[in-house]
Amino acid sequence: MTAVIRKAVAGLRVTRPGPLALLQDAGRFGVRRLGVTQGGPADLQAWAWANRLAGNAWGAAALEVTLGGLALEAERELTLALAGADLGATLDDRPLSPWQRFRLRPGQVLRFAQPVGGLRAYLAVAGGFRAEPVLSSLAGVVREGLGGHDGRGHALAEGDVLHVGTEAGEHPVGDEREAPAEARPDYAAMPRLSLLPGAQIAEFEGASLAAAFNTLWRVDDRADRMGVRLRGPTLRCRLTSMISEGISLGAVQVPPDGQPIALLNDRQTIGGYPRLGALTPLACARLAQCLPGQELRLEAVSAERALAEHRRFRAAFR
Amino acid sequence: MSAPGLPRLESAGLDGWLVRLFDVIDEANLPWITALVRDCEAAFGDALVDLVPSYTTLLVIFDPMRMTPGEARSRLAETLAALASDEADGQGEVHELPTWYHESVGPELVPLAERAGLDVAETIARHAEVTYRVYALGFAPGFAFMGSVDPRLETPRLETPRKKVPAGSVGIAGRQTAAYPAVSPGGWNLIGRTAARLFDRDRDGFSLLRVGDRVRFVPVSKQALVRLGADVTTMEDRR
Repeated sequence: MTAVIRKAVAGLRVTRPGPLALLQDAGRFGVRRLGVTQGGPADLQAWAWANRLAGNAWGAAALEVTLGGLALEAERELTLALAGADLGATLDDRPLSPWQRFRLRPGQVLRFAQPVGGLRAYLAVAGGFRAEPVLSSLAGVVREGLGGHDGRGHALAEGDVLHVGTEAGEHPVGDEREAPAEARPDYAAMPRLSLLPGAQIAEFEGASLAAAFNTLWRVDDRADRMGVRLRGPTLRCRLTSMISEGISLGAVQVPPDGQPIALLNDRQTIGGYPRLGALTPLACARLAQCLPGQELRLEAVSAERALAEHRRFRAAFR
Repeated sequence: MSAPGLPRLESAGLDGWLVRLFDVIDEANLPWITALVRDCEAAFGDALVDLVPSYTTLLVIFDPMRMTPGEARSRLAETLAALASDEADGQGEVHELPTWYHESVGPELVPLAERAGLDVAETIARHAEVTYRVYALGFAPGFAFMGSVDPRLETPRLETPRKKVPAGSVGIAGRQTAAYPAVSPGGWNLIGRTAARLFDRDRDGFSLLRVGDRVRFVPVSKQALVRLGADVTTMEDRR
């Protein structure tokens, strides 16, 4: 192991693993031409807030906890922040709501139960979690066996240790302890996901296009960090399959069965199905909090509006 | 360069443009695509986030905090206007992949030969005599889609993909051939096993193969493959 790990100390120990918990920094970039996916937080918005509340700059590695189940015991005094889904977290059996900063003393236990609102919670530590970067990133990608706490993309297992920097127990600069109300999405509200129409949209039949933007879609149970399948009216496209080409984050592809799939952080780098377009990064973030069965709408937006919204969001983070 | 209306810039989300250069798969596309990759790196500098070259296209991902989609589009249009085919570098690196062709590690070798009306030795010879080009990487880190195989060996993917294909497995799907860098699910027709390390996180560049590279499969014995450190576990052992 290199210096990165040597400067780090044990911060949290897993006493009970949940279904899926992975370290995520902003993602793995510059290697997609080698077939390596981008990884990174499925919910960029909540991940960014967890880091901000912990006093971290954009890009620090935080823990993405999917569904809950996980229990972590503090190995030392830590300043942490929790954002995103309410997974019924407790600190030594007292309820701990998300969107706030808190401290753990050695021996204290943070437990996640199951989803109360949303699907993915983000736990950040002051200074960021430490691990060996793989291809310049800590993003944990199970399918590729890259990154994460062990460099092999494994989900956290019982007994695993998350490392932190020695500054992790110090209070971060600034006294913002909670995210303002306007930063907290209402996960109970029906999502309207902004989609930038793509070049193949004209290849879809008129009735299918009307259906795509005017009906309720339901999140299928085939939903993971690679993509989320939506169930609803069958969309018909004149193109059935194409020569494989690079796929953007949030691309909404429509395979021959006519049921769209929104492709997320761990998607394959190239693919050959026609696309309605691409969800904005913030729409991907919102989708990442949807449990199977959630109803949602797709809403076409202009690039100008999407860019303005994205830049407003990013301006809150250094 | 090619078909009417090309090259064309297609919206690929808030932070991306897909450059469509060609409409058919052709080896002659490769020097243009590798040239555009290089030119985009120079033209976008720090605003470049990622590039995904494929058979007929290049996906360009930029940082939307540094550039608007409109600015990125203009930059790409200028880059395309000045694009020249990559004559010097277009040949790509040449790689030889030592491969043991055998039914114990390539369960489709015999059925594929039968379907082609060839004996096994002739099937192997036809796969090994072609110098393939890498058209795209995808599916998994270091997984290179190569073409084109002898028309007699053209075979559709398996109807039901295997849950676990061993690392190094060499396969055919349609007119394409590839080797699996790591254990993964997969639906290609397996005909052998290579010792080549196709993806290595500790090696400069990580992936052995890149778009535009040239590849030959070199038949070797099982013993040679073992000496090269390859896993020669048979498919049956894996079940």
